[in-house]
Amino acid sequence: MAILIIAEHDDRTLKSATLNAVTAAAQIGAELHLLVAGRDCRAAAGQAARIPGLAKVLLADDASLAQQLAEKVSPLVVELAKDYSHIVAPATTSGKNLLPRVAALLGVAQLSEVIGVESTDTFRRPIYAGNAIATVQSLDSVKVLTVRGSAFEPAPAEGGGTPIESIHFAGDAGDSARFVGEQVAVSERPELSSARIVVSGGRGLGSGESFALLERLADKLGAAVGASRAAVDAGFVPNDRQVGQTGKIVAPDLYIAVGISGAIQHLAGMKESKVIVAINKDEEAPIFQVADYGLVADLFEAIPELERKL
Amino acid sequence: MKILVTVKRVIDYNVKVRVKPDHSDVDLANVKMAMNPFCEIAVEEAVRLKEAGLATEILAVSVGPKACQEQIRTALALGADRGIHIETEDFPESLEVARLLAKVVEAERPELIITGKQSIDSDNNQTGQMLAALLDLPQGTFASALKLADGRVEVTREIDGGLQTLSLSLPAVVTTDLRLNEPRYASLPNIMKAKKKPLEVRTPAELGVQPRAHTRLLKVEAPAERKGGIKVASIDELVEKLKNEAKVI
Ligand SMILES: Cc1cc2nc3c(=O)[nH]c(=O)nc-3n(C[C@H](O)[C@H](O)[C@H](O)COP(=O)(O)OP(=O)(O)OC[C@H]3O[C@@H](n4cnc5c(N)ncnc54)[C@H](O)[C@@H]3O)c2cc1C
Repeated sequence: MAILIIAEHDDRTLKSATLNAVTAAAQIGAELHLLVAGRDCRAAAGQAARIPGLAKVLLADDASLAQQLAEKVSPLVVELAKDYSHIVAPATTSGKNLLPRVAALLGVAQLSEVIGVESTDTFRRPIYAGNAIATVQSLDSVKVLTVRGSAFEPAPAEGGGTPIESIHFAGDAGDSARFVGEQVAVSERPELSSARIVVSGGRGLGSGESFALLERLADKLGAAVGASRAAVDAGFVPNDRQVGQTGKIVAPDLYIAVGISGAIQHLAGMKESKVIVAINKDEEAPIFQVADYGLVADLFEAIPELERKL
Repeated sequence: MKILVTVKRVIDYNVKVRVKPDHSDVDLANVKMAMNPFCEIAVEEAVRLKEAGLATEILAVSVGPKACQEQIRTALALGADRGIHIETEDFPESLEVARLLAKVVEAERPELIITGKQSIDSDNNQTGQMLAALLDLPQGTFASALKLADGRVEVTREIDGGLQTLSLSLPAVVTTDLRLNEPRYASLPNIMKAKKKPLEVRTPAELGVQPRAHTRLLKVEAPAERKGGIKVASIDELVEKLKNEAKVI
């Protein structure tokens, strides 16, 4: 049986998290089908069709699927599920919102944040903020999993010519869940989850204004800007910047932690980075235990100097 | 309106868990346990709605071994009115917890159900969504704000790109994110009072549910340790290392 991958997209563009999910699904090993469900989402399906290695792109375009509310998309996935051995989605906020609902409707478990594929039914996943790695065998007939993007290289975005198959889905028009609005941060910088370099700031920054220091450094490096929970809670930066156990998981080539102490919840989101730099004025800060290069310094002096010297 | 909140007993968030030497699981013997932080946020939100006169009763439910009653008592001390403990030998998997909770919801008919978005032990982030699915209710996951108006609940959700607002008919399931509120601490008089609040114990059999295993835990390992690095003395040295040793810039 084939594997159904749920695409991450906003109708117009396919999101890169889809490519990591394709790699994970390919490691399970079976025919790969990718579902693009939304409203007026033909453009996203067109991009999906260019991913090499897929057998089929399924396009479900229906007014009821606007904003991809879990209440509306889950019946569609459940309807399709009988033809699949696995249903795979990226472990993004949309995947995490949708897939447990699908699994419950199917009466099966869902494995969250898979980081390794051992066989068609056995997977590895972090538990306890990444302080333990569980190897779990699924006993269910359909395996439903979300996969952590940072653990799988992105599949190529170009080179394929997969046929797009439109599926007829007349969704329920009920308004038990209704979309009201969205505040989406627009940024010229790379996406946090897939950036090659991430510069993150913590409570040590002291204010939202000070984050401008980090943003200048990030721009010089072509980096994304992340933050600790404390920095988000204090209102220095918006929530979508939070890196950690309960925020975004990143594994860039270079992670620069500035004014971040290194709580286990923060480390859970960045300790797979290839190279970690920590700048902190407290030489005892736990972040230094995971840093390849640590600098004990006041960030307000160190960051402008670093920016100048790059 | 009646609110049902769920509370889970988990390892204290300050404790770094250890893996058992035989790799069968993590070692929780003599480890400090507490209420899952996201459940604390759920309880706090319910209490605030009651204080604002929008809710009349708060029911706290926990699934797991007998010791979970400690966390229910904490919820009662924080302001919940009544507790239900669904006693099981171990902690069942998310879907089974959702099936048990669904039975309680069917019997109690709350208009709002608030769960934590994830528990910090299994890090699953599933139970609320599964409960909503089983009851065919709308869901507002990862909530950072919640507003009741005109028989509906407006939920602001933390999503990857920013914030999204949904309006849900009631009853609805809401799962909490970190910024929904800052939970209070229980005062000593309230801890004393909580001891007298009703706490009912139910078994899965009484609820007509037989928890099943959907997965088998084959092994638990410690993650690969990062090798400690070095301290650099200056920005010049840092830049030199990043360019010539790590070759990342
Ligand atoms: C359920 C739960 C989930 C959580 N999830 C997350 C998560 O996903 N991500 C996350 O990050 N946290 C998370 N946390 C919070 C976590 O426990 C820590 O509280 C948080 O990471 C601390 O942020 P911080 O390092 O910025 O702040 P602090 O711990 O206060 O550290 C600030 C650091 O800045 C340094 N500093 C101060 N001034 C300067 C200066 N001028 N120059 C240089 N250094 C300076 C200090 O020495 C200190 O080390 C979670 C907590 C809970 C309970």
